[in-house]
Amino acid sequence: MSSVHSDSHGHGHDAHHADVPHFSVKDYATGFVLAVILTVIPFYLVMTDALGDKSLTTLVIAGFAGVQVIVHMIYFLHMNAKSEGGWNLLALVFTCILVFIVLSGVTWVMYHLNHNMMPMPHNMNELP
Amino acid sequence: MPTPDQHWSFLLGRLSLDSLPLHEPIIVATFAGVALGGIALLGALTYFRLWGYLWKEWFTSVDHKKIGIMYMVLGLVMFLRGFADALMMRMQQAIAFNGNEGIFPAHHYDQVFTAHGVIMIFFVAMPFVTGLMNFVVPLQIGARDVSFPFLNNFSFWMTASGAALIMASLFIGEFAQTGWLSYPPLSGLAYSPGVGVDYYIWALQIAGVGTTLSGINLLATIIKMRAPGMTMMRMPVFTWTALCTNVLIIASFPVLTAVLALLSLDRYVGTNFFTNDFGGSPMMYVNLIWIWGHPEVYILILPIFGVFSEITATFSGKPLFGYTSMVYATVAITILSYIVWLHHFFTMGSGASVNSFFGITTMVISIPTGAKMFNWLFTIYRGRVRFELPMLWTVAFMLTFVIGGMTGVMLAVPPADFVLHNSLFLIAHFHNVIIGGVVFGTFAAINYWWPKAFGFKLDPFWGKVSFWCWVPGFWLAFTPLYIMGLMGVTRRMRVFDDPSLQPYFIVAACGALLIAAGIGAMLLQYATSILKRDQLRDETGDPWGGRTLEWSTSSPPPAYNFAFTPIVHDLDTWTDMKAKGVARPVDGFRPIHMPKYTGAGVILAGISTVFGFAMIWHIWWLAIASFAAILLTAIAHTFNYDRSYHIPAETVARIEEERTRQLAAVEGASA
Amino acid sequence: MSQYNLSGANGAGLTAQYYDLNEHDHPEGGSTQLGFWIYLMSDLLIFAMLFAAFAVLGGNYAAGPGPKDLFELPLVAFNTSMLLFSSITYGFAMIEMQKGRVGGVQFWLVVTALFGATFLGVELYEFSNLIHEGATPQRSAFLSAFFTLVGTHGLHVTFGLIWLGVLLVQLSQRGLEEANKRRLLCLSMFWHFLDVVWVGVFTFVYLMGVLR
Repeated sequence: MSSVHSDSHGHGHDAHHADVPHFSVKDYATGFVLAVILTVIPFYLVMTDALGDKSLTTLVIAGFAGVQVIVHMIYFLHMNAKSEGGWNLLALVFTCILVFIVLSGVTWVMYHLNHNMMPMPHNMNELP
Repeated sequence: MPTPDQHWSFLLGRLSLDSLPLHEPIIVATFAGVALGGIALLGALTYFRLWGYLWKEWFTSVDHKKIGIMYMVLGLVMFLRGFADALMMRMQQAIAFNGNEGIFPAHHYDQVFTAHGVIMIFFVAMPFVTGLMNFVVPLQIGARDVSFPFLNNFSFWMTASGAALIMASLFIGEFAQTGWLSYPPLSGLAYSPGVGVDYYIWALQIAGVGTTLSGINLLATIIKMRAPGMTMMRMPVFTWTALCTNVLIIASFPVLTAVLALLSLDRYVGTNFFTNDFGGSPMMYVNLIWIWGHPEVYILILPIFGVFSEITATFSGKPLFGYTSMVYATVAITILSYIVWLHHFFTMGSGASVNSFFGITTMVISIPTGAKMFNWLFTIYRGRVRFELPMLWTVAFMLTFVIGGMTGVMLAVPPADFVLHNSLFLIAHFHNVIIGGVVFGTFAAINYWWPKAFGFKLDPFWGKVSFWCWVPGFWLAFTPLYIMGLMGVTRRMRVFDDPSLQPYFIVAACGALLIAAGIGAMLLQYATSILKRDQLRDETGDPWGGRTLEWSTSSPPPAYNFAFTPIVHDLDTWTDMKAKGVARPVDGFRPIHMPKYTGAGVILAGISTVFGFAMIWHIWWLAIASFAAILLTAIAHTFNYDRSYHIPAETVARIEEERTRQLAAVEGASA
Repeated sequence: MSQYNLSGANGAGLTAQYYDLNEHDHPEGGSTQLGFWIYLMSDLLIFAMLFAAFAVLGGNYAAGPGPKDLFELPLVAFNTSMLLFSSITYGFAMIEMQKGRVGGVQFWLVVTALFGATFLGVELYEFSNLIHEGATPQRSAFLSAFFTLVGTHGLHVTFGLIWLGVLLVQLSQRGLEEANKRRLLCLSMFWHFLDVVWVGVFTFVYLMGVLR
C-alpha cells in the first residue's frame, strides 16, 4: 500500500509544500544585476548608435531582450524544470511556442496580404 | 461616442422607448410568449416555494456536478432559442422567391442569422462541452471537486450572464447584423452605429471570462487532483480530451478577448485598428480572430471525441482499441489546430505560398482524426455491441462525421475553396461536423451519463423516436445545401431570384421540421423519463457496465463523490476493480473536507450583466458604478477566509450505509 | 462476476490496495500556484496579440508623428529602472515572508508600491504629453496600437497596485497565515510577469521604434 502511495504521488496532496520555491538574496541580487546590465546595454546601443547599423542593432537588442526574459524567469519567477512536477515549465514552453506561431504567422500573413493589396501584377504567377 | 443624429441622455444613455422593437410583429409575439411563459415559470417557482431551494442548493452551489448540470440546462435553453432562429431562416429561404419578401425584412433577417451562429457556438455548444467536462472529469479522476470550486460557480454565472445579454438584445434594441464573427469594417462604427455589435461584444467578453477561468480550473484539476496511481497514460480518454480542450481554451480565448477589445476600442474610443482610414487594417481583424476561431472548432469536438471513445468501449464491452494512439492523436490535433487558421480566408488574397502552407497543414489534421475513426471501428470489431441509445448516436456520428470531414478536406484545397468559399457548401460542411459531431455527441453523452447524474435511465422509446427524426432530418436539411453550394449559391441570402432553387430550399425546410420533431421527442423523452423515474431507476450506479471511476460510486453520487479516494492500478480502473472483485469499504469513514457554497459568483456575474448593459447603451454613470461594484465585491470576497467545512464522519457513514443496503438489495434481487 | 462484492474474502483483502483508507485532508490551495501560472500564460497570449497588432500596424503613421518624433528614451529608461527596482524590492518582501517577519514584508511591499506608483505616474505623464502634442490614440493605427499595448501593461500594473493594497490590509489583519502567503506568492508572480512583459515593451516598442 505504501509503495503504491509513494510511487504514484508525484503530483499528490502531500507534495505541495515542496512546490513553494526557496527565496534567497543571492538569487534576487544576481537577477537584478544581470537585468540591469541587460537593460543598460540596449539603451546605450540605441541612444548612442554605437553599432552604426540599424538592422544589426535591432538584432542585438532583440537578443538582449530574449536573454533578459530568461534571467527574469529563472531568478525572479524561480522557473525550473521541477516546479509543479514540470508543468510550469511545460506550460511556459507551450505558450512561448504559441506566441512564436502567432507573432511570426500574423506578420507573415499580413505582409503577403498587404503586398497583394497593391495594384495587381498582370501575371497572377508573380504573386508571392 | 454617439453619432450626432443619435439620441443620448445622461440617465439612460442611448436607451429610450424607441429602442423597444414594438413595430416588429414577430418580436412582439415572441416577447408576449416569452413574457407569459416567464411569468408562469416565476409564478410556479414562487407558488411551490422553490426559490430558497434553488438558491441554496443550485445557484450558490460549488459542487462540480450541480454546476455541470446547470451548464447543460443553460445549453439546452439556448439551444431552443438558436434552433428557433434556424427554423425561421429555413422558412424564410423556402418562401422568399418570385418577389415574395418572406417573413423577415433585411435588417431583421441579418440579426437572425447572426444570433443563430453566435448562440449555437458560444451559448449552446460551449456550455454543453463545459458542462460535460465539469460533471464527468472530477468523477473520472477520482476527485471530490475541482481545483477552484468558487471559480467554477463564477464561471458558470458569467456564461449565463453573457447569454442573458444576448436574450435581452431580442427585446431591447437589436442584435448585430454582421454575421457571427462581426468582421469590420461592417462591424465598425461607420457601418453599424447601433447597439447590435455592442451587444455582441459584451455578451462574448463576459461569457469569455467565464470560459477562460473554467478552462484554467479544469486544467489545474486534471493536473493536480488525479487519484493516486492515475499516471498520465492511465487517464480515461475523456479526461485526456478534456485536458487538451482546456489547453486550447486557455490558449485561444485570450486571443478572442484581445481582438474583441481592439474592436470595442475602435467603436468606443475611436482608435484605428480595423478601420479603413489612418492606417487601420480590417484584414488584421479577420486574421487575428481566426487564430481563436480555429482552435475553437477543436475545443468543441475534442471532448466529444472523448465521449465517443468512452461509449464505444463501454457498449462494445472491450477496452478502447489503441488508447495510446488515441492520446497522441488528440495531442497532435491540439497543436496542429494552431497552424491552420488561414484556411478560413484563403480568398482574402495572401497568395500562393501562404495558401499552400495553410492548405497542407489543414489536410494534415485529417490524419490524426482518421486514426481516431479507425480506433473506434476496431473497438467495435468483434465486440459484443449493445445498441443502446448512446451507441446509436455514436454510429450516427461515425457515418455523418466522416462525410463532414471529407468535405472539409475538399475545402482545405485552396483552388477548390476559391469556388466554394462563402457558399452553402461551406454551411453544409460545418453543420455536418458540428451537428454530426458536437450535437450528436452531446445527445450520446446525455443518454450515457444521465443515469449517473439523476439515478435513473432515460426512456429509450422517445429517445429512439428523437434519434430517427434527427439523423434523417439532418441529411434532409443539409444535402440540398451541399448541392446548391456546388451550384454556387452563397450563404446569408434573404431572397432569391432563381425560382429553380426553391425545391431545394423546401426540402431543406422539411429537414428542419423533421429535426424540430426530433427536438420535441427529446424533450418528451426527458419529461416521460422523469415521470417514469421509478421504473427506470438504476440502483447499481453502473447501469451500462462502465469501465471508468465515475461508475464506481452511487447514482447520483454523494456530494463528496468518493468516501475513500480510489487508488488506480490500471487504465480501465473500474473494470479492473470489478474483475478482481474488490470489496467496497464499509467502515472506518473519516470526516471529509469540502468547499462551502457561496453566493459571490451569482452576485458578481449579476453586476457584470448590468455593467455590460450599461456599456452597450452608453449609460456611463451606471457603467462606472457597476464596474466599481464588481471591483469592491471581488475584493470583499477575498476577505472571506472561511471557505470550507467538514462533512462529519457520521454523515458519511450514514450515506454509505444507505448505499450498502441499496447494493445488497440489488445483489439479492439478481441472485 | 461478483460486481457488487461486499464481503468476499478475496475482495476484502484488496480493499486497502484500491482505496486510500488512511486519507488526510487535502490542504487548501494546493493547485493555486499552478492555476495562477496558467492564468499568467493566458494573459501572456493577450499581450502577444497586442504585440502582434503593434508589429503589423506599428509602421502605419498615417502621415502623423512616428516614434522618433514622440519617444523620449531617457524617460523610458527611468521607468524601466522603476519597474526593475520594484521587482527586487518585491523579492525582498518574499525573503522576509520566508523568515516569517510580517513587518518586513509590509515594509518592502510599501516600497514596491511606491516604485510601481512612480512608474504609473511617469507613464501617465508621458501619455498626457503625447495627447497634448496631438499624438492621440485616434491619430493613426500606430498610435492606437502603441497606446493600447502600453496602456494594457499600465492597467495591469494598476490592478497589481490595488491587489497589493488589499494584501497589505489582509496582512495587518491576519498576519502571515497560509492563505496570505499563497496570495503573496501569486502577486509576486504577477508582478515579475509584468516586468517580463515590460522587457518586451521597451525593446520592441520604444527601442526598435526609435530605430525604425
